[in-house]
Amino acid sequence: MDPALVLEDVSVQYGPVRALDHVSLKVRPGEVHGLMGENGAGKSTLLKVLSGVVRPETGRILLNGVPQQFSRARDAIDAGVSIIYQELHLVPELSVAENLLLGHMPSRLGALNRREMLHRARKELERLGEPIDPKAKVGTLSIGQRQMLEIGKALLRDARVLAFDEPTSSLSVRETERLTHIIRQLRAEGRAIIYVTHRMNEVDELCDRVTVFRDGRHICVLEKGAGFDRNELVAAMIGRRVEDVYGYRSRALGPVQLEVDEIEGPGLRKPVSLKARKGEIVGLFGLVGAGRTELAKLLCGAVRPARGAIRVAERTLRVDSPRHAIASGIALAPEDRKQEGLVLGASVSDNVNLSCRRHQARFGLMRNLKAEREVAREYVRKLSIKTPSEETPVMNLSGGNQQKVILARYLAERIDVFVLDEPTRGVDVGARKQIYDLLFDLAEAGKTLLIISSDLAEVTGIADRVLVMRGGALVGDVPREDATPERLVRLALPN
Amino acid sequence: MIASPESSNDLPNSGFEARSLASKLSGSGIVIAFLILFVLLSALVPNFFTVRNVQGLLLSVSLIGCIAATMMFVLALGEVDLSVASIVAFAGVVAATVTTFAESVVLGVAAGVLAGAAVGLFNGAVVAAFRINSLIATLATMEIVRGLAYITSSGDAVIVGEPGFFEIGASSFLGLSVPIWINIVVFAIFGWLLNYSVFGRNVLAIGGNAEASRLAGLPVTRIRIVVFVLQGAVAGLAGVLLASRMSLGDPKTSIGLELGVISACVLGGVSLTGGIATISGVIVGVLIMGCVQNAMSLLNVPTFYQYLVRGAILLLAVLFDRWRRR
Repeated sequence: MDPALVLEDVSVQYGPVRALDHVSLKVRPGEVHGLMGENGAGKSTLLKVLSGVVRPETGRILLNGVPQQFSRARDAIDAGVSIIYQELHLVPELSVAENLLLGHMPSRLGALNRREMLHRARKELERLGEPIDPKAKVGTLSIGQRQMLEIGKALLRDARVLAFDEPTSSLSVRETERLTHIIRQLRAEGRAIIYVTHRMNEVDELCDRVTVFRDGRHICVLEKGAGFDRNELVAAMIGRRVEDVYGYRSRALGPVQLEVDEIEGPGLRKPVSLKARKGEIVGLFGLVGAGRTELAKLLCGAVRPARGAIRVAERTLRVDSPRHAIASGIALAPEDRKQEGLVLGASVSDNVNLSCRRHQARFGLMRNLKAEREVAREYVRKLSIKTPSEETPVMNLSGGNQQKVILARYLAERIDVFVLDEPTRGVDVGARKQIYDLLFDLAEAGKTLLIISSDLAEVTGIADRVLVMRGGALVGDVPREDATPERLVRLALPN
Repeated sequence: MIASPESSNDLPNSGFEARSLASKLSGSGIVIAFLILFVLLSALVPNFFTVRNVQGLLLSVSLIGCIAATMMFVLALGEVDLSVASIVAFAGVVAATVTTFAESVVLGVAAGVLAGAAVGLFNGAVVAAFRINSLIATLATMEIVRGLAYITSSGDAVIVGEPGFFEIGASSFLGLSVPIWINIVVFAIFGWLLNYSVFGRNVLAIGGNAEASRLAGLPVTRIRIVVFVLQGAVAGLAGVLLASRMSLGDPKTSIGLELGVISACVLGGVSLTGGIATISGVIVGVLIMGCVQNAMSLLNVPTFYQYLVRGAILLLAVLFDRWRRR
């Protein structure tokens, strides 16, 4: 069958970094084509080329055999290529219908035809099987519903090529199932689908073929056949074999270091109490919306609890601000990179030193430039942060490396209890291993770690004990021996 | 632990150095533009490059210069302060009044600066603690403080009799008058604060991403208030110096000055959305404005046309900046 989409010999250069190096890709109609690779492998850049945002130095793009010239985003859309990005591009203040038809609103002489707009939106939502009110504000929808809207937008423009960029990274189990269903439907309609993901089970479930990139180069194409060989895929992605990513290390636990007593606040349906010991790694598992992030925010003073007490090393915490929480020894490394994590325009060094530089400052005012540089270098090395230098603006880094910068900031602080919200989201396998090693180092040094994660394998792989949340309440406290994926999922799913 | 040979240090250093040189060059683009402008004006405008004219030019920009140093912090924070011109007038009137009544220059100067700081504290409290948009909050204080200036002076300029008061503005040292020296010191202090103090970095971080900064434990509210207090105090000081130069406190003075100050900062590459600022840029921005103004006066460009030129320069600078960042 003739390929619906062909990329030939495409190269992209960002300053000194060669993001794509003479890469080719063929996607057939009616195929879900997986795209895998570590962070910085060039997947995002490829999507940018496809969407017309980035113009490649060499190579060309063909749709159904016809060479295309994408010089802006509009060209790609008009040619029938739609990208569903990780960070969704919707306007939260506008309604569902307005978002769906943005740029193509039905109008007569410039006057909006509201009825027609609602009608078309409703028809599209029905096709997707989404029970969403077209008049609802997008800001009130869940992430999963917003993703469906993005797909709806693409279908309204009759996109023949759809590319998904890690679409399930913030979806619940049920939303993921719905998405899988829709993607199969799109495949059956003969559309060509590119599916970027880090998750092996999704590749198994959805993809017909997988192309692996590494360091901006095309490594191989694997056919599904009887199924993908996991080890082969991982080896292709990182260029070597990794047996156990997690490398669990058991250790002796000390006395209780974190004690949470009947804490209540927004997002929690019931008061939450928990204890964690010195040197302990506690996993906090649950579906999206189970209240894990809300609990984390209460613990680190980002949101003021209505009731309850938090004690760190037997000192009761002033829970009115992150500042006091950090001073008392507890901090949250947030999940949301762009909103809560990074000062995007500032350098890697500035982001790492954001909080800890006060410790080295003379008279509390004068920066210690040497110490800051050393801290930045140390963590760039320890976490293998891929950056041209410590002075590079953090917005020039790939997503996984940005995540590591946030992590570094909190690791560099002097604290006893780390609350890490999805610490490895978007981080590739090789670098993950290093992060886990570091977490075990911290635990061995007597720190307490509370790790929020939606990745079952990760939770069961590194935690000494797993707490499970469901619907705003703590519903399970499972020791490592009993923490099987089945048990955790059973606890986390609504009855 | 598996060492990942392809991770952190594999990117060629030479590439980084080349980029940093390039970024240095593009970062100093506005400095180069200023130097070219200065040479051109010196060559083409009669009497521009004379000791007397340069002294006068520097004195004329010292008012905007002082305030721009702290406005840089306000803008870096992602806020704006429209009340500075009113503070200049108010602080001048307060200083003149107190000097006259208390017969003490020290008290008068202190009262002027403190009056400015007090307005800044009010601005900061409204903006930081109540999270009112600073554009609106300082628009209100701009009106209120201008009113206070008129009320304090009963509507007329307050003439100062104390010779010590106008000697501040009139005396000079090494050929430069005291207001110029003070402006240089202000630039030095705030330039140091921006680059070499924890406070300065915190301001840039908050301007870049306030929520991330809060979660990282920075005292966001306090820093916002401090920045506005500093802005108020420095605007107050500038107002006192202006009153001293004119030997009177004039409630009608400096209307529209805030826009000149903001223009100078923007010319100097300060981001209006916060997070980006350099002291060299601001200094050059102030000097460009001063030079152009001065040259237009020397060339007897009619006042009405001077407005066009100033606006055009601001637009060109922003366009240039936009183009450079692509």
